[in-house]
Amino acid sequence: MAIDPRWRLELEDGTVMHGGAFGAARAVAGEVVFNTGMAGYVESLTDPSYRGQILVLTYPLVGNYGVPPPRTSGSLDGPFESDRIQVQGLVVQHHVATPSHHASARSLATWLSQEDVPAVTGIDTRTLTRRLREHGTMRGWLAPAQMSAADMRAQADQRDMRNGIFREVAPPEPVRYEGGPLEVLVVDAGAKDNIVRSLLAREASVTRAPWHCDLAPLASRADGILIGNGPGDPKDLGPLVSQVRSLLATYRRPVFGVCLGNQVLCLAAGGDTYKLPYGHRGVNQPVRDLQTGRCYVTSQNHGYAVREDSLPADWRPWFVNINDGSNEGIRSGTEPYFSVQFHPEASPGPQDTGFLFDDFLRLAGAMKA
Amino acid sequence: MSSAAPAARPRRTLLLGSGALQIGQAGEFDYSGSQAIKALKEDGVFTVLLNPNIATIQTSDGMADRLYLLAVTPEIAAEVIRKERIDSILLSFGGQTALNCGIALHERGLLDELGVRVLGTPVRAILDTEDRQLFVDRLAEIGVKTARSIACNSPAEARRAVAGMGYPVMLRAGFALGGKGSGIVRRESDLDAALQRAFSGGARQLLVEEYLGGWKEIEYEVVRDAGDNCITVCNMENLDPMGIHTGESIVVAPSQTLNDEEYQLLRTVAIRTVRHLGIVGECNIQYALDPDGVDYRVIEVNARLSRSSALASKATGYPLAYVAAKIALGYDLPEIPNGITKKTTAFFEPSLDYLVCKVPRWDLTKFHGAVKQIGSEMKSVGEVMAIGRTFPEVIQKALRMLDIGVMGLDPEAFAFDDLEQELRHATPRRIFGVAQALAGGMSVERIHEITDIDPWFIQGMAPVVGMFRQLRAPGAALVPELLREAKGLGFSDQAIDDALKLPQGSARAARARIGIRPHYAQIDTLAAEFPAETNYLYSTYHASASDVAPGARRKVMVLGAGVYRIGSSVEFDWCCVNAVRTLAEQGFETIMVNYNPETVSTDYDICDRLIFDEISLESVLDIWEREHPEGVIVSMGGQVPNNLAMRLHRAGVPVLGTSPEDIDRAENRRTFSALLDELGIDQPAWRHVTDAAMAPRIVEELGGFPVLVRPSYVLSGAAMSIAHEPNELQLILARAKRVSPDHPVVVSKFETRAREIEIDAVADRGELVLWAISEHIEDAGVHSGDATLVLPPQSVYIATIRRIRRIAAQLAAALKITGPFNVQFLAKHNLVKVIECNLRASRSFPFVSKVTGANLAAEATRRMLGVAGAGNVASLELDHVGVKAPMFSFSRLAGVDPMLGVEMASTGEVGCLGEDLQEALLHALHAAGFRYPARGVLLSLGPLEDKYWFADEARLIHEVLKLPIYATGGTAEALATLGIPCTPVAKLPGDSTSAMELIESGAVDLIVNVPREYDEYGRPDGYLIRRRAVETGTPLFTDLQLARAVIEALWRRRPGELGVRAWQDFMRPVRRPAD
Ligand SMILES: Nc1ncnc2c1ncn2[C@@H]1O[C@H](COP(=O)(O)OP(=O)(O)O)[C@@H](O)[C@H]1O
Ligand SMILES: Nc1ncnc2c1ncn2[C@@H]1O[C@H](COP(=O)(O)OP(=O)(O)O)[C@@H](O)[C@H]1O
Ligand SMILES: [Mg+2]
Ligand SMILES: [Mg+2]
Repeated sequence: MAIDPRWRLELEDGTVMHGGAFGAARAVAGEVVFNTGMAGYVESLTDPSYRGQILVLTYPLVGNYGVPPPRTSGSLDGPFESDRIQVQGLVVQHHVATPSHHASARSLATWLSQEDVPAVTGIDTRTLTRRLREHGTMRGWLAPAQMSAADMRAQADQRDMRNGIFREVAPPEPVRYEGGPLEVLVVDAGAKDNIVRSLLAREASVTRAPWHCDLAPLASRADGILIGNGPGDPKDLGPLVSQVRSLLATYRRPVFGVCLGNQVLCLAAGGDTYKLPYGHRGVNQPVRDLQTGRCYVTSQNHGYAVREDSLPADWRPWFVNINDGSNEGIRSGTEPYFSVQFHPEASPGPQDTGFLFDDFLRLAGAMKA
Repeated sequence: MSSAAPAARPRRTLLLGSGALQIGQAGEFDYSGSQAIKALKEDGVFTVLLNPNIATIQTSDGMADRLYLLAVTPEIAAEVIRKERIDSILLSFGGQTALNCGIALHERGLLDELGVRVLGTPVRAILDTEDRQLFVDRLAEIGVKTARSIACNSPAEARRAVAGMGYPVMLRAGFALGGKGSGIVRRESDLDAALQRAFSGGARQLLVEEYLGGWKEIEYEVVRDAGDNCITVCNMENLDPMGIHTGESIVVAPSQTLNDEEYQLLRTVAIRTVRHLGIVGECNIQYALDPDGVDYRVIEVNARLSRSSALASKATGYPLAYVAAKIALGYDLPEIPNGITKKTTAFFEPSLDYLVCKVPRWDLTKFHGAVKQIGSEMKSVGEVMAIGRTFPEVIQKALRMLDIGVMGLDPEAFAFDDLEQELRHATPRRIFGVAQALAGGMSVERIHEITDIDPWFIQGMAPVVGMFRQLRAPGAALVPELLREAKGLGFSDQAIDDALKLPQGSARAARARIGIRPHYAQIDTLAAEFPAETNYLYSTYHASASDVAPGARRKVMVLGAGVYRIGSSVEFDWCCVNAVRTLAEQGFETIMVNYNPETVSTDYDICDRLIFDEISLESVLDIWEREHPEGVIVSMGGQVPNNLAMRLHRAGVPVLGTSPEDIDRAENRRTFSALLDELGIDQPAWRHVTDAAMAPRIVEELGGFPVLVRPSYVLSGAAMSIAHEPNELQLILARAKRVSPDHPVVVSKFETRAREIEIDAVADRGELVLWAISEHIEDAGVHSGDATLVLPPQSVYIATIRRIRRIAAQLAAALKITGPFNVQFLAKHNLVKVIECNLRASRSFPFVSKVTGANLAAEATRRMLGVAGAGNVASLELDHVGVKAPMFSFSRLAGVDPMLGVEMASTGEVGCLGEDLQEALLHALHAAGFRYPARGVLLSLGPLEDKYWFADEARLIHEVLKLPIYATGGTAEALATLGIPCTPVAKLPGDSTSAMELIESGAVDLIVNVPREYDEYGRPDGYLIRRRAVETGTPLFTDLQLARAVIEALWRRRPGELGVRAWQDFMRPVRRPAD
């Protein structure tokens, strides 16, 4: 790795922090968000939900166990959650340049350079996080220290969060994965690979369709539909929301939403969503199942949430966040439609809610027979 | 579910404590027990505590509703249950001691008989985890992997199992503590010895297991409530891989070399296991993890609070013991608030934005003949925890915290004859060996091959080693960039000064100029995701700002005791916590500084601000410059803070209480001795030896042998020793390494057959205000920390006591003492000589405070604040007696001779009360492991006069106790001439029956062995007898005075004649409302 040029992180409120660059050396802009997980940077960096965002990791040592070799194109292998790094940029306290792990083939810095993603180390990520918590998520820039503010704003690469981004994270057309007898349609607006892996591992076949294709014909052949996670504001996914709304009018089999899928289902059902001050991003978010009272530690990555009091009469809150009381899942009182705001597929994070995939498929199987 | 606790709410609960501190079971259980009491009392549960450890916070006034300072045995527990009409019991807060006592109560059907409900984890689950075979079977039921193993109940079975398994094998004992009886056997020839060790001391079961040396060792702390909500609070990774006990390992939290897949695999297995076993509360699960692939083995589950859980609590800010207690009371996790954020609940998993590093402290060098290697059995006596943001920062802090005279991870800290051997066979110094290997150019890969330490850690040490080289390089200068980098790598100012050969204070001055300061960050459990009101802070050079502003109120800073080591442990934590509480009562904001995770003083809710950091001039000044407290208390934490007094004073920091100049006068032998002469107070004659050649002449001047030798320059370990004759003296002087004018050796007249007496006192502006006098049962020559203390004195002349009080008053006046102090005396026919005087709280402060009912630590603190308090208690008028007895851990220190001397050897203590000396003494000894003899007594009584001196007691053994006496050679003859029947036995195995065989067979269950001369290794004779006694757990007395006291007590108080009374009942007569 080349010697660290001085590099800076600037926030829209004027905060400037300096560090050293590792990874690609280009200026980027994006919404700055923090994740409090202590391991799992490979999974997070490739999670399409982070598309367009600058990710801050609160755990101070990053890169300890390196990065596995690149996976062959078309493969679904973990720990990768998509076939590229999705974040705009990465901010860490201390980049560990000499990893040690049996599965490691390259350092984090090497990987970031290979994928042309800039990163900065030497930032007090705790103080930065406190700022983001107090002011809420902000736009920010990663740029060479000496670059002028004007140049930075002009040249920094950024994603179009309102439109372009949703196509960037979805496959061009449907992809089919042979598994077991059950047919599941995964609606992909940036779904993590582990959602597909979780279904295949449970003997289902998966058709992974981009959100923008015509879903109706695919749905008619599916024993169940899973609307996956993705980046951005669900309200910018109008076309998907209306497709789902018309599906719900006719489709009588299980529909399972995850993260963005939870919000889309809510909007399709006539509910509303809103932006959280600084989102939930981590692997220690506690939720309670309002039906059983049981509590679970979940993996989460979202900036928007379902507005519970906006739910139509025949929908009920299902899960609630124990820390801040925000909604973590909803279900229809009349139809087999249900969704969660957290990530039952984990990766990274606790696997405690993996049973939701079992429940979904069991139901799909039962209704098929 | 989220309903409140169930109907059958416990009303009167018995909490079992862990007894005396010992290797493998230390202060952490004072922390967990104290938290449990707090949780119970919040719920209005009437709490009764059974714990003889008088030095703890949990056994303090105002904690449990009723306190029994008695042995934690099923018999006594049952008696307490009856007396207190107990309806429920907590077994998991008192370590292995409480757990095993609970199991015994259960197995004898006492719990059912007395209708006592076990709160929290049921006994069934405890048995499943403690019985290694049941454990393996239970985990197999859910397909969780354990190491291939065979449980054996006899050496013969074990031999067969080993033959089947092949070498190397791992031996592990069930129901054991701190890896006791466990070990790695690499070859046939070592098997018998290993099996003998494993089965001696009545081990019930031995597991012969596949050896997983080199695998990573990982631990998770798991919490589960009755509603089946389950979380893992923290995971920890051992730097030292499998084969070295977690308690002997350097440990970091969270794990550093695990990816998410591995982290979650182990987490998921932990939760499945805990659910399957039905744990209700807290437990610890230990794993071996394959370094070369994703594979694991579960090593064990400890179904109780443990050393690791205390560490995890301090590492995360998650109060595991408190939460476990609430769960035992029937609460579910989401119903319990998160005390740190005050906004969230206990149902979550802490996210750390820092890392911690724990390093154990050993005192092996204190023990002649101790095996230096460390392994699967615990030998360490304490531990430290450092908090920071990079591995170099935490490892360097931690190594300094050990207080072993190192400046951090210094490759030159120690010299090694054979570096590779050091790396291969770990000793307490291996980490420095790794640094030295790196400095010497050995590759990370090579070091990893030899040590199996993950390269990540070795890599993490490299920059530190590099910086030491850079700083020591000729021409290196104190430039800002270098300074900034060094501080970031965890270097102390002093390390930088020394490495650059600059005068002390240079680095600090430079930092002040450039403005390089540490910042203070909160431990908030959620990585800043939620606003936290927490007052739990650590310092780091990797932060750009501090999280909290200095408090605005009048405040006082209390310096803690630091790492536990032989000679300084929980008793000083008791003093510090009492100081903090008293300060709060007086309306001050309190700042506690300490770095020992096994303490109550580092529980963030005892003070207004806990700064978990070093106790060094640098760290204290950094805090002081930021917080500007009105004063600093250095006299409660023992020698560590006391040693800072003068330097803090010079730096302009206001030290509360006695002036540091006067502290210095008392600490310095010359000035103190001059003061004594001036006051006409007698002291043992002493001289400085600055040249070994002049030693004999000086001994003459002192009036001949024996003499006590105190080298002034001691790296670590055995400092003082007694020389009985010239050769021995020369040997000792040789061991002292340096004897020179600037490193003089102090040689004092050793007074034989002298009584030793102590006074613990509080003075106010030179006036004695509170005092208590204790006498030692042993003659002087047994370190005050190892001696059996009696309060009030039973055999000392009133005149002597008056004299002692007068001397104490003279010293208080002369040294203008305000606050705590302690003076030790020798008394020989009523002549009184002063041995030493410490102007700080002493080891016996909790003991005397709890026996007399007057809190000396609190009173001393009030006086230091200028608050006049309650006057004196006349400790002589007490109508009860208190006895403090030492607890030794010799059985864990292979090779060590359990002889007592002027160097302290005990690891803990108990203190019990009784109507008279006999009752208190037997209770105390019982609490320290003594059992009434029932089979036979072995006598081996050194010098001739001793043999006759013991005659009456020998006769009592024969005529009253009606026990057969076995005696070695000379002793047998002496007894014969006295007409006391006994069976002569040989010392060593031979043709006639030997003492050893009697011990093995259990024919004797009490041994009195007073050595006469020294064998060729300089070991007192009878070494083998004493060693065997220790290994088989047979009660052994090596001091004649104590042995006589014990026999007399056994004669006066037959088994079953000992009263079971609560501390509160003893106190009723002496209690004054004042305190
Ligand atoms: N099969 C094994 N192979 C190698 N080392 C082992 C094995 N089992 C245990 N150990 C080592 O022995 C230590 C003590 O074992 P453990 O069962 O944890 O005793 P304790 O119950 O006293 O904690 C462990 O910390 C581990 O380092
Ligand atoms: N002159 C002496 N004669 C006999 N015993 C002594 C003498 N000086 C010290 N001792 C014994 O040695 C023990 C330790 O001595 P002390 O000065 O108290 O060391 P420490 O500073 O470790 O407490 C004392 O408790 C006492 O039993
Ligand atoms: Mg263990
Ligand atoms: Mg254990």
